[in-house]
Amino acid sequence: MKIIKQAIAGTLESSDLMVKVAPSDNDSLDLVISSEVIKQFGQQIRLVVLDTLAKLDVSAGSVIIEDKGALDCAIRARVQTAVLRGAGSDELNWEQLS
Amino acid sequence: MKLRRSMLFLPGANAAMLSTAFVYKPDSIMFDLEDAVSLREKDSARLLVFHALRHPVYREIETVVRINPLNTPFGLKDLEAVVRAGVDVVRLPKTDCAADVHELEAQVERIERACGREIGSTQLMAAIESASGVVNALAIATASKRLIGIALAGFDYCVDMQTERGDGSELFYARCAVLHAARAAGIDAFDVVFSDVNDEAGFLREVELIRRLGFNGKSLINPRQIELLHNAYAPSEEDVDYARRVIAAAEAAERSGLGVIALNGKMIDAPIVNQAQRTLQRALASGTRQ
Repeated sequence: MKIIKQAIAGTLESSDLMVKVAPSDNDSLDLVISSEVIKQFGQQIRLVVLDTLAKLDVSAGSVIIEDKGALDCAIRARVQTAVLRGAGSDELNWEQLS
Repeated sequence: MKLRRSMLFLPGANAAMLSTAFVYKPDSIMFDLEDAVSLREKDSARLLVFHALRHPVYREIETVVRINPLNTPFGLKDLEAVVRAGVDVVRLPKTDCAADVHELEAQVERIERACGREIGSTQLMAAIESASGVVNALAIATASKRLIGIALAGFDYCVDMQTERGDGSELFYARCAVLHAARAAGIDAFDVVFSDVNDEAGFLREVELIRRLGFNGKSLINPRQIELLHNAYAPSEEDVDYARRVIAAAEAAERSGLGVIALNGKMIDAPIVNQAQRTLQRALASGTRQ
């Protein structure tokens, strides 16, 4: 899935996260994560985000995560929403989203 | 016999509430993808609910999702998401006739086949929100074996009836019609939400009314209402004591091969035994009334 425009999903409320995606200038994947619980869960958040992006076949783009202590399920949902919005896609492939 | 006294509404787009609501222990949690979600967040709410349903914290509690109507651009996508995620019950809003349930059932079965879910494992409930729905309540309640209950939705019903919420008299016919349809169909009946969360006395008056009418429970919009509702539905100590004696008498009669059950010289029949079992189930769930 190719990110063709800027898009945002989520909020900055507690237990949520905000995900911003944008097209890449150099076909690389740039992931930036900030979190209130980065010391305890930074690695786990990173793994969930990368796994979610890989299942959506996203290999290039800027992905900025601002986490407020969200559960894994919320992280997956917000990343998927931002990517789908950024790709301008209305098609839902449930195998990729599971 | 599943207890469904409290059905807590959660806005589907609210990650915080979806992450914590299970701690309040309602009998059922209802994720809302319809009225509680703005048009621009329909996509994000659908994915949030999809992943929440698959999360281990919701394995021990009955999950219900109110999808958007199937004649909107969102309804079928919602249904795809929640059936695939393993939701226990799909709640259809604005059900006006049996055909609405038939259409939903056909789509659910198609999705179950497509994703490999056991056919028939997705249960349904129908929300009745109009004069047509109330008039067709029995046809709706008997439209599918998947139906576990029907619910009255007060706000839209009152708009359709050109009236407004008041002392409950405006809902009297609809409550009775929905309740009779549910009982005739052998399924559960759920009452409307009580929207003023600060009016505890008014909430309890309404709960007492619908409990006496015979409703299984009520849709709730705030976790603070759960304990109040459960306590109002809890039996008194005298009720529990009587129920225990009824069950003991029934068991003794069965052991001795007697067809007739007697307690204190009075004959006890099957409906009284069933009522006693329901009383003990409610006491087991939330103790006796305080």
